[in-house]
Amino acid sequence: MKIVVLLKQTPDTETQVQLSDDKKTIDHSATKFIVNPYDEYAIEEALKIKEGNSPCEVVVATFGPAASKERVVRALAMGADRGIVIENTEYESLDALGISHVLAALLTKEGPDMVFCGKQAIDDDNMHVPTMTAELMGWPSINVVTSMSKQDDGWQVEREIEGGQKEVYAVKGPFIVGAHKSLNQPRYVAVPGIMRAKRKPFDLLKPSDLGLDRAELEAVSKTRIESYTYPPAKPKGQIFQGESVEVMVDKVVKLLREEAKVI
Amino acid sequence: MKVLVFCEQRDAKLKSNVFELLSAARRLAGSSAEVCALVVGENISSLTAELKGWGCDTVLVADHSDLGIYNVLSYAQAFASAVTEFAPELVLGIASPMGRDLFPRLAARFKAPLLTDLLAIDAEGKSATKPMYAGKILAESCFTTDALRFATLRPNVFAAEASEGAANPKPLAFAGSSDNPLKTLKITKLASQEADLTEASSIVSGGRSLGSADNFAILRECAQVIGASVGASRAAVDSGYASHDMQVGQTGKTVNPSLYVACGISGSIQHLAGMRTAKTIVAINTDPDAPIFSVASYGIVADLFEAVPILTQKLGKIVED
Repeated sequence: MKIVVLLKQTPDTETQVQLSDDKKTIDHSATKFIVNPYDEYAIEEALKIKEGNSPCEVVVATFGPAASKERVVRALAMGADRGIVIENTEYESLDALGISHVLAALLTKEGPDMVFCGKQAIDDDNMHVPTMTAELMGWPSINVVTSMSKQDDGWQVEREIEGGQKEVYAVKGPFIVGAHKSLNQPRYVAVPGIMRAKRKPFDLLKPSDLGLDRAELEAVSKTRIESYTYPPAKPKGQIFQGESVEVMVDKVVKLLREEAKVI
Repeated sequence: MKVLVFCEQRDAKLKSNVFELLSAARRLAGSSAEVCALVVGENISSLTAELKGWGCDTVLVADHSDLGIYNVLSYAQAFASAVTEFAPELVLGIASPMGRDLFPRLAARFKAPLLTDLLAIDAEGKSATKPMYAGKILAESCFTTDALRFATLRPNVFAAEASEGAANPKPLAFAGSSDNPLKTLKITKLASQEADLTEASSIVSGGRSLGSADNFAILRECAQVIGASVGASRAAVDSGYASHDMQVGQTGKTVNPSLYVACGISGSIQHLAGMRTAKTIVAINTDPDAPIFSVASYGIVADLFEAVPILTQKLGKIVED
């Protein structure tokens, strides 16, 4: 069995996003990068399946800067077997559909039985790549997955929708699963794991190594970000303190009714 | 420009945000171009009457027993034939769990661009504003083509305005999807009738200082009085006091209600990102320096266990009157 985990490095959730002076780019000079939080659940689920299905190879791949190797090594330290970075230098203008073409080329080369990724990256918040990549492969996809279990004939997979309701699916591989938070509890990375990770097979590829042409990838990327803005600042509110709770609550209820008109 | 609108339904009930989409579609199409609605499901012919008077000229109806319950592959099959038949320049949907699942698949199928969760879109349907980093910044994005393009709009942002439109029904051929490798077995319903946080018009939310899952009952009582949904901070979720689907913030849900009541939430940067667009924010916290007060419209420096029951009682009195 072979499982591919697709991951992305994102800024830490603590990050105060800084824009460049011309507001055309995000200034990442002081950003601390992490594995996209939802991708941790994807790695964990692949490792859980590996433990019950010997032999099974878990391959972790990312399309990103060469420095995102650190994020792949973290997944290797958790227990994945082999790492790949497809370097995106000179391909930064690709949008989600362009990126999905790169990942689909990798999946065609690797031929996995199943693919895991996070439900969305917490930087661009698009939730495009898991489903677009599956469509390019001609595979089913289930995104925002909160539980999955092996059946005699495929897998049963639950996906979260509105109000905590779940859609329950039966699916046969190959397919792509987008992991959500409650799928599992990702394991801690232990020191011996980090030592072993450094000796595991790792490849640094370029899109051209997968037979891809830059002009063609740019041609399918038909969206672009022109500039960024910060959300408008909130006007200063009225904060009550030092009076009896009853009096303060009374004042706020009156304001909600007469000024904000929300009740 | 010709606009196709995917009108989401579940259990033969249209999602209320459909009317926001139709209004936006009418404005984008201008007075001369055609707006076409698309409804996909089973036993849904009655829905076309509800679409009358919302600016759409025709309604394509894919009504088939294989479409009774949402499935990304069978719905994409019906949706794709509607795109081929109507040949729109722009296709609109809601940034809902269904829209977020279906639109990337359609865009990839047609090798067409997709922008999602939009807060604004210009009159040409070319430039749009979308939040990133759970709302810490906004990206001014654009399509670089005039040909077919897909977009989803954030719920409760665009106004719903009725306008003339005959909504003439037109059946859409659907051959069935019996060889689908993905089968939807069922949808598990919850007992709770609360609106999803992303669609709720008011939210009462609690942090770690609630101290236990049982104590969330205090917030639920308050929420019930004003018909609000109950949310939670990441700290409360990670402590096991609330379920993951209740989490507001960067690794939870980004919400946009009219009223957000934050109880015992200090206001981490991740939490503020997810709720700062709420129109009115009430914060209740014992720490006057808590960052939540920096975004609050109204703040009460007090213990939530004391303040919330009083708030519930006073709101109850108003609702009764």
